[in-house]
Amino acid sequence: MEKKITTPLTADMTKDLHCGDTVLISGVIYTGRDAAHKRLVELLQQGKELPVDLKDAIIYYVGPAPAQPGQVIGSAGPTTSYRMDAYAPALLDLGLKGMIGKGKRSPEVVDSMKKNHAVYFGAIGGCGALLAKCIKKAEVVAYEDLGAEAVRRLEVENLPVTVIIDSQGNNLYEQGRKEFLAMEK
Amino acid sequence: MKEIKAEQITQVIRDLCIEANCHLPKDVQNAITGGRSGEPFPIAQSILEKIEENFAIADQDNVPICQDTGLACVFLEIGQEVHIEGDLKDAVNEGIRRGYVEGFLRKSCVKDPIDRVNTGDNTPAVLYCDIVPGDALKITVAPKGFGSENMSQIKMLKPSDGLQGVKDFIVKVVEDAGPNPCPPIVVGVGIGGTFDKAAYLAKKALMRPVDERNANPFYEELEKEMLEKINALGIGPQGFGGKTTALSVNIETLPTHIAGLPCAVNINCHVTRHKSAVL
Repeated sequence: MEKKITTPLTADMTKDLHCGDTVLISGVIYTGRDAAHKRLVELLQQGKELPVDLKDAIIYYVGPAPAQPGQVIGSAGPTTSYRMDAYAPALLDLGLKGMIGKGKRSPEVVDSMKKNHAVYFGAIGGCGALLAKCIKKAEVVAYEDLGAEAVRRLEVENLPVTVIIDSQGNNLYEQGRKEFLAMEK
Repeated sequence: MKEIKAEQITQVIRDLCIEANCHLPKDVQNAITGGRSGEPFPIAQSILEKIEENFAIADQDNVPICQDTGLACVFLEIGQEVHIEGDLKDAVNEGIRRGYVEGFLRKSCVKDPIDRVNTGDNTPAVLYCDIVPGDALKITVAPKGFGSENMSQIKMLKPSDGLQGVKDFIVKVVEDAGPNPCPPIVVGVGIGGTFDKAAYLAKKALMRPVDERNANPFYEELEKEMLEKINALGIGPQGFGGKTTALSVNIETLPTHIAGLPCAVNINCHVTRHKSAVL
């Protein structure tokens, strides 16, 4: 089923997003990957405030290519999410409601998603040129020294993603494969 | 003796970095399109369509196909009749620097694996040099994304594990990787040699066009059999289910020790990029 949502992403909204749904996201989302996650969680451990408010927010696991002249941003597809698994539960506890990436998540992340009513979306890996066209504005809001890994505030319009793991813990990687293999029998 | 100036090498590598990152090789494009037309699962078809749309945009707009423009792997085949005027390694790295900076490609290289500070220009290259007969210099630039690199594995099998051991290991690596390496993937396999040479062979196998099979009929059959087995796993494009899990299995082999059967599997995503030039 295709659904359109506009951020912020609240718990009321995530309960209507189901594994396998195609979702077009509009509004503000934040980027963050390995190095930024490490810094964010270190700040939390020191009891300090984060540079961005993550309540009802969505983080896109992406390190975009540099913008060419006239571009808002360079190619910007998802990176593999499991590398953020060690950090994700701490951010979900702060109210983070959506993560966009690709690939498997750990049982700890899924448990934390269920507890915090969050959703894991997949964007198509290796389609950075296509996905960048949905990004209308981009600005670095933290960790500029990290280059591609800096935290950016993105304004997106109809960014196409698929719900891979919903807030009940249903998983498209398991269900899709099962459905295909049943069809092939 | 042929003279090649280091500056010529720099210029060629600069251009190859940009070309390789923005224009997907035709054989890979055809394999994706072929995969879509043979794909029975609707969600898989729609993913493959998006992938085709993406490489067409990159091609037309001269932008990177994927934001992960890779660690820059460079293969040089240096004719033994060639003399290079100037520092070869410096020339290669200067080419990478110019290609990644002037081409607006992402800089994804950290100087130290533990300290992890970005080098800022994607240098140094991962450089392989081979000495070959003749007076030509063949340069191949193959940007390697790490979503798929991270899903690669090597195993020192026992000779008694034999062919079955090799087959089981290849399937296991693809199964372990699941959706992580951006399927449909290209599977490079290196069998034989030493620990390091098997891994090198697996990477080298990824340089072979996906529509070209191993010249040895035994390995040609093995490549076909493994592709069929992998595409029966059901992982599918992006891991959402489907037939098109892999586009090709490319196997390369070398003689090895009486006590060993090294087997390396290097996974590449559907953005399997490489571009060559001859000086």
